Amino acid sequence: MGLKIVVLAKQVPDTRNVGKDAMKADGTVNRAALAAIFNPEDLNALEQALRLKDKYEGSTVSILTMGPGRAAEIIRESLYRGADDGFLLTDRAFAGSDTLATSYALSCAIKNFSKVDVIICGRQAIDGDTAQVGPQVAEKIGWPQITYAEEILECTSQKIVVKRRLEKGIEIVEGKLPMLVTVNSSAPECRPRNAKLVMKFKHAKTISEKQAGDQDYIDLVDERPYLNINEWSVNEIQADANWLGLKGSPTKVKEIENVVFQAKESKRLSPDDFDIESLMRELIANHTIG
Amino acid sequence: MNNIFVYLEIEDGIVADVSLELLTKGRSLANQLKCKLEAIAIGSQLDGIGEQVFSFGVDVLTLADDKKLYPYTSLPHTAILVKLFKEEQPQIALMGATSIGRDLGPRVSSALFSGLTADCTSLEIGDHEDKKEGKVYKNLLYQIRPAFGGNIVATIVNPEQRPQMATVREGVMKKEIADKHYKGETKKLDVSKYVSSTDFVVNVIERHMEKSKLNIKASPIIISGGYGIGSRENFDLLFDFAHVIGAEVGASRAAVDAGFADHERQIGQTGVTVRPKLYIACGISGQIQHVAGMQESSMIIAINNDPNAPINAIADYVITGNVEEVIPKMIKYYKKNTK
Repeated sequence: MGLKIVVLAKQVPDTRNVGKDAMKADGTVNRAALAAIFNPEDLNALEQALRLKDKYEGSTVSILTMGPGRAAEIIRESLYRGADDGFLLTDRAFAGSDTLATSYALSCAIKNFSKVDVIICGRQAIDGDTAQVGPQVAEKIGWPQITYAEEILECTSQKIVVKRRLEKGIEIVEGKLPMLVTVNSSAPECRPRNAKLVMKFKHAKTISEKQAGDQDYIDLVDERPYLNINEWSVNEIQADANWLGLKGSPTKVKEIENVVFQAKESKRLSPDDFDIESLMRELIANHTIG
Repeated sequence: MNNIFVYLEIEDGIVADVSLELLTKGRSLANQLKCKLEAIAIGSQLDGIGEQVFSFGVDVLTLADDKKLYPYTSLPHTAILVKLFKEEQPQIALMGATSIGRDLGPRVSSALFSGLTADCTSLEIGDHEDKKEGKVYKNLLYQIRPAFGGNIVATIVNPEQRPQMATVREGVMKKEIADKHYKGETKKLDVSKYVSSTDFVVNVIERHMEKSKLNIKASPIIISGGYGIGSRENFDLLFDFAHVIGAEVGASRAAVDAGFADHERQIGQTGVTVRPKLYIACGISGQIQHVAGMQESSMIIAINNDPNAPINAIADYVITGNVEEVIPKMIKYYKKNTK
């Protein structure tokens, strides 16, 4: 009997490669200068899900993401790697959500699936580094959680065994399904796109993308239902608007400041012997070293 | 009531440094707010905890002692905190931004619908005005944290919900004994009233924790390498230098991501924060996320090929040159002048 696996993924600005134009002159973030990428640890999570699918016959992997329309891109990326279908949660009502409101929205969407055995997601997203959404989703749907996973060793209807990678060591833990698992970057990297799957899914689209596209595409999707990326708004997930967006977020951003460090008056030295020896003598004389 | 709570992380009966750092911070916040500082220890054989924490100014220590509560698992520890917080109504709850705090904190905050801010680098008390609602909130916890890869710093507040929850990484706050003779009160929880058997759904079947020998933040001198070092082999030069002058080796996130150095050596917002007497930055460009973790060093020497590297702005000495050329000279002249 196969497993029904849902992977939670997020499209994030690539904060690891922040160029000089990432900040505008007025000190705000220039989002346009940051590429939108598949959150790295969510790719690690997807790989764990695909390995379970390979190992346990009849398993399926669904991708669920919340974000603007362009986040459908990471669903296609997942389909190219072996996911079965995708769900985009998109609605203006989600804007301004903190981790708790986001978790609430995701938990409502998860209740839309008929029967889920395992939810797998990245430990954290690089734009916030909070690691909160996984555990908060688990709490909202009343499931237990295993965080910081490096490898899912076993996952049957009786039990799930996971190797966790913590700051100071490893732990092997065992639990029962259903279970939510968050995956570390120390887990194996995600497999590359599969050329056949790219061919199969390159025209996969959400309804909004279809409406923006030409008639040929719409006809194509009608013919091949697997090209449909499901798009859900607040109405489809029966979420209470009071718990969404800014209203549903207990944390408020009071202030945002650009980071400026106090510049010091530096002494410039050359790599010549004389300069280096003088410096070392000075450091020894004032007991900084030695 | 409405006190400040710190969750104590315990390994082998020893309270983690990060928890003691939070107690130090918690004590000063409690003084400002004129409330009590409380600590909560959940685990097994906790008799020795009091003597480790009271000197940090803990007024009330609550113990949830049961052999099933160690090692840490998510649901039982969550159940205890959720019920205890409902009873005690703390205004602030702090925990370490560790694999335990980041597993537990979100779960507790979700159950209580209280906001949680991860990885704060500063905690302050202040007022907040909600202009739209025309409301002024007094004495909120300002949870200050970097965002967007460290390019901005955001101040977060939780106006309505309690407790105001925050996690902080190890080494970010200072650890200071408040009063050697400080004596608080100890309370013992009846664990069976707080945890149900159904909470024990995940079992730890194997555990290998290494006592980290590395303690970068305690080292008075740190020699740190960045992406510019180029390879793991080239890091050996930094280790040689560190060995000669009695220093520790650190690394930037870029160097760690590239596999040149181990993660436990990472300095910066997503690694450890250090304040050594001397910090030698080798081949480090000086991204904000790194600088935030070392800018409080007493003296900074930057060695970089690029005369315009951002790190130079905060350095006391800037050596523009190749690390492979400069470090051997530093070793040579150190040896020559200490003989």
